[in-house]
Amino acid sequence: MIDLINFYLIPGLTLGSIYALGAVGISMIFGILRFAHFAHGDLMTIGAYAALTAVGLTGMSPLAAILVAIIVAAIVALATDRLFYKPLRELPTIYTVIASFGVALMFRAAVQLIWGTDNQVYVPGFQKPLIFFDTFRIATRHVQIVGTTIILAVALHLFLNRTRTGKIMRAVADDPTLAAVAGLDTEATIRWTWIIGAGLAATAGVFVGLDTDIHSNMGWNLLLPMFAGALLGGIGKPLGAIAGGMIIGIAEELCTYPFFGDSLISPSYKSAVAFVIMIAVLIIRPQGLFRGRLL
Amino acid sequence: MEISGLLFYLVGFLTMGGIYAVLSLALNMQWGFGGLFNAGIAGFYAIGAYSAAIITAAPSDKHLGGFDLPIVVGLMVAGILSGIVGYAIARICVRLKADYLAMASIGIAEIIRLIITNEDWLTNGSLGISRIPRPLEGLATGRTAEVIFLAFVWIIVAVTYFVARRLRASPWGRVMRAIRDNEAAATAIGKDVQRFRTQTFVIGSVFMAMAGALSAHYFKFFSPDATEPLLVTFLVWVMLIAGGSGNNLGAVFGALIIWAIWSLTEILTGQLPPDWATRSSYIRMLLIGLFLQFVLQRYRAGLLPEKAPRLDIELTRTRDLN
Repeated sequence: MIDLINFYLIPGLTLGSIYALGAVGISMIFGILRFAHFAHGDLMTIGAYAALTAVGLTGMSPLAAILVAIIVAAIVALATDRLFYKPLRELPTIYTVIASFGVALMFRAAVQLIWGTDNQVYVPGFQKPLIFFDTFRIATRHVQIVGTTIILAVALHLFLNRTRTGKIMRAVADDPTLAAVAGLDTEATIRWTWIIGAGLAATAGVFVGLDTDIHSNMGWNLLLPMFAGALLGGIGKPLGAIAGGMIIGIAEELCTYPFFGDSLISPSYKSAVAFVIMIAVLIIRPQGLFRGRLL
Repeated sequence: MEISGLLFYLVGFLTMGGIYAVLSLALNMQWGFGGLFNAGIAGFYAIGAYSAAIITAAPSDKHLGGFDLPIVVGLMVAGILSGIVGYAIARICVRLKADYLAMASIGIAEIIRLIITNEDWLTNGSLGISRIPRPLEGLATGRTAEVIFLAFVWIIVAVTYFVARRLRASPWGRVMRAIRDNEAAATAIGKDVQRFRTQTFVIGSVFMAMAGALSAHYFKFFSPDATEPLLVTFLVWVMLIAGGSGNNLGAVFGALIIWAIWSLTEILTGQLPPDWATRSSYIRMLLIGLFLQFVLQRYRAGLLPEKAPRLDIELTRTRDLN
């Protein structure tokens, strides 16, 4: 039982945190800009590598480098929106999906060009786990990742419910036509969507490096569970996306636990769990757990 | 390069170009006719390649089969399996906005990749399947055999093109375009939108598997590396959009032109010193991505824009449909 918590639940929460932060952006962009952002995973990769450079140049701690990652990813996202998505805004949104598919590839190629294709780590070496009550062995990095994610989730909740910008964002996600008629500034809302979505994705990217290592393909590989998390939580519901991402992460880890003598599924099929959940959501409850928009 | 070497290169180029033309035509059925976004082309391609490989390869204890059966049987199994997978995913997703199908199709491709790399008993895992035959292999060897295979590929391209053309000009094709351009209107006149969409997705999936089967026979060896999403899914999207979505001839031309650009730049960058060669391959990817953005923004209709097929009924004389 202790093994279940130490080796499955805690890593599951960590993985879930990474998916959750990525899924928030996907859910918000889908809710507000109305398209599935295929470059979101690779935006994450850019954030992770920006932090790598910051750590390499200044020797700052990876946690502090998150700030650098956020700034770089937000600038890249805003520039991408301006150059590649905005010109297609008047067309059916599926064209923007195609554009983002291409942008994903460009991001990855840029990362490979600048940083190469080797696996890289922020801080080499082994960290001693923290031990609670003589039974729970939790790696420091897991505490950092899950803790930061909880803080960010609370901050996001306050932002969406207490600030004017946050309320406008929710209004646009709920009903864009009504929001436009009410005279809300859609373009400003879109900018905020990118800044928050990219910032959280970059944070998640740094977390990947903190947890294991970073690689130029990492973002693309994380795209499926992030989509699944966003759908599970309900499109346009940022907090739903956090819950959805968490559930996917925990489910992926728990599925490999030997509940009945043998592990439920082979660990190599972990990423299939996200797909199965995604399909189940699309069949049973396409609006997601938190009653998101069904587009 | 001597002239026969050049011709030989051209045969290889046209063979791969033909396989891409089948993929591009198949995507045209899904996207061009039906407005359905398939981001998992590589998955359907892999189903086709592995089905054909397992059915036709010589017996081996490293993977399922090979059953050493005729190539036609391999093609049929490939098409049927891929069609079933396409049907399942389409049934779930076509009632929703195209983005959902896009997300789910990424998932399909991912699952298929997991299966082919992990199920050693089925596919020999990452080591791949070898000794896959080519049609009429006994007849000739060397360069003649390459030409025979080229003919085989282009026969399949011709079949695919013919089917796509017939589909487009048929009443079925008109309904598809109506659904794509105005779903509400198509529903209002009583068309079962979901059924039509599912049909076009399944037909596209079947032909994607054909392309996969062709490449398995061409390479004679197939491993998971050949299903790299960049080389399959992304390149095919660029081909169709640049060639002209909705236009079958455009799909074929787009495939040949983009494949020409892609392979010529590969030759060019191959001349560079090794250190620069790897770097330039990333620059090449960056440029093809940029090229797609350029086409999307400026030449969305593509090289050969879609034209509504001529109607052979009275309607055309009284009213210009365009």
